[in-house]
Amino acid sequence: MEIVLSAAIGILAASGIWLLLRPRTFQVIVGLCLLSYAVNLFIFSMGRLTVGVPPIMPQGGFVNPTLYADPLPQALVLTAIVISFATTALFLVVIIASRGLTGTDHVDGKEREG
Amino acid sequence: MNGGPDHLIIAPILIPFFAGALMLLYEDRRRRAKFFISLAATVALLFVAIELLNRSKGNELSGGNDIGFYLLGDWASPFGIVLVIDRLSAMMLVLSSLVAIPALVYSAAGWNRQGQHFHSMFMFLLMGLNGAFLTGDLFNLFVFFEVLLAASYGMLLHGGGQLRVRAGLHYIAVNLTASLLFLLGVAIIYGVTGTLNMAQLSKLVPLMAQENRPLFHAGAALMGLAFLIKAGIWPVSFWLPLAYQAGAAPVAALFAIMTKVGIYVLLRLSMLMFGTAAGISSGFGAEVLIAGGMATVVFGFVGVLASQGLGRMAAHLVLVSSGTLLAVNGLALAGGGAALLAGGLFYMLNSTLATSALFLLIEPMSREEGGIAAMLALTADAYGLDEREEDSQPEVGLAIPGTLTVLGLTFGACLLVLAGLPPMAGFIGKVAILRGVLATDAVSPAVGWAFVVLLLLAGLATLIGLVRIGIQTFWAGDGIVPRVLALEIAPALALTALMLVLTIKADDVLRYMRATAEALHAPAIYADGALGAPRAVDAEPEEEE
Repeated sequence: MEIVLSAAIGILAASGIWLLLRPRTFQVIVGLCLLSYAVNLFIFSMGRLTVGVPPIMPQGGFVNPTLYADPLPQALVLTAIVISFATTALFLVVIIASRGLTGTDHVDGKEREG
Repeated sequence: MNGGPDHLIIAPILIPFFAGALMLLYEDRRRRAKFFISLAATVALLFVAIELLNRSKGNELSGGNDIGFYLLGDWASPFGIVLVIDRLSAMMLVLSSLVAIPALVYSAAGWNRQGQHFHSMFMFLLMGLNGAFLTGDLFNLFVFFEVLLAASYGMLLHGGGQLRVRAGLHYIAVNLTASLLFLLGVAIIYGVTGTLNMAQLSKLVPLMAQENRPLFHAGAALMGLAFLIKAGIWPVSFWLPLAYQAGAAPVAALFAIMTKVGIYVLLRLSMLMFGTAAGISSGFGAEVLIAGGMATVVFGFVGVLASQGLGRMAAHLVLVSSGTLLAVNGLALAGGGAALLAGGLFYMLNSTLATSALFLLIEPMSREEGGIAAMLALTADAYGLDEREEDSQPEVGLAIPGTLTVLGLTFGACLLVLAGLPPMAGFIGKVAILRGVLATDAVSPAVGWAFVVLLLLAGLATLIGLVRIGIQTFWAGDGIVPRVLALEIAPALALTALMLVLTIKADDVLRYMRATAEALHAPAIYADGALGAPRAVDAEPEEEE
């Protein structure tokens, strides 16, 4: 499972960075999305990988914490997803405004000459 | 205090939050009501900040450092999210409201009519700023950073136009990427240490197992990179001049403190986690900060010399100020001593106020044809700008007499502070930094002297650049006096008056900075204060019965 997850994070991040460096605004936003997926998976994996264990412990008595998943990264990743979703939506609006004002989808607002 | 939670600490976050939310209910045409709500909120913020500042000075018993804390949701300290206020946070809160009030008053002269929801975004930006200054938790810091960035995206685009949208596009893309780096760093730090509480982290770093250290350092470096991007360190500062130049005048004036948030966080975290008490990790990243800071100063002053317009020059002055502070931070981390850091903090106060005032002066100075306006128009042509539509509407309000004299004097005061020339406070800050650098033996003398030379060169370049603009505008102008409203010049005058007060009261302010710097060098004060925070239920059990 570790190798699958790390490969997924790596491929998402690499594709995201490559797209981020492209000159078209749509490529940039897709790149940012992929990169944020990679980061979210990474945060999730920082709570250690476990299969089929609940994150919430019962109240009272002795609880063995190794039988439970770490709930904190799950909470963090939810927050991060919401925030990146909102900022991506905002970025999309700016991209559309830029396309409307300049008539091109180049990130610099003008096509390179030649 | 009577042992209960001290609700004043959360006020700097709640006041702008409620003011901003309240104003969303008003129609955008009711600008006067919105302006007065914002003004009341920012003035209230200033008073709260000053009260918190006075408290953070503590008394004889607490050794001059009173750490205030606020447990959100009343969860016990290392597990829940905590707000912490110490001398540094309180100082930053005062600074942010001091910058906010003039920018807000200036916007009332017309800028708040150029787009929607200006006042609400202004308040949310302040909320994010204050939250970032107050929080004692890394993830909460991320959330407040996103609040302030989201508001700043809207503010930068305020007024519209092709240049702003283009600058905004770059600004948002850069900051989204920086936020992802921030998250990566936070995740690694959590994975290694199991906590995100800054106070607990500072306690854990010296005890950390050797094999975990490289990973922890990598996380800290990734997170540091995110803040360095926001502070505008040299190789990653290319977004900054365009964004600051494109922003509307009051927005740019408020942005003058945004780079300082990055510097505040770097200073706070580096001194907490990698200060002298951190064992093997002590001084991690100091070389990067020193070298990067000095490179930023070089890039900034070359940019100042090369700038044709005042806007571009002011943006590069922000870079000079950032670079100086980053280098001071690095030197302090390497063991440069409290005197050096105190000088740096004093310099930060001055340069933030002065750059903010300068951004407010740009538009009045270039209003009529001739002088700098002609040059600005030239650069505008070169950058393919359209004619700005927003200036065409008739101005209403009280115009002031002797416009050029007042403008010239204010501009001169900013120049003196930024260049670090004797009568004003900029000189005192610079001398304090220089004395600190020369007295320290933490870095090799070559590095110290290089920094001294760079600092003096930056002052010279600032002087040359600003004097050139001043001569063109005030002496070589064609005699047409621009019509400037009292509302537009009053904020810059107020900021200048503040700088004068800082000059006169320099002794007291420096003493405060000195104690702040000493507290930063002793992270245990902060960590013990924040971790020892008692819960409200434990503190007052009698009330239940």
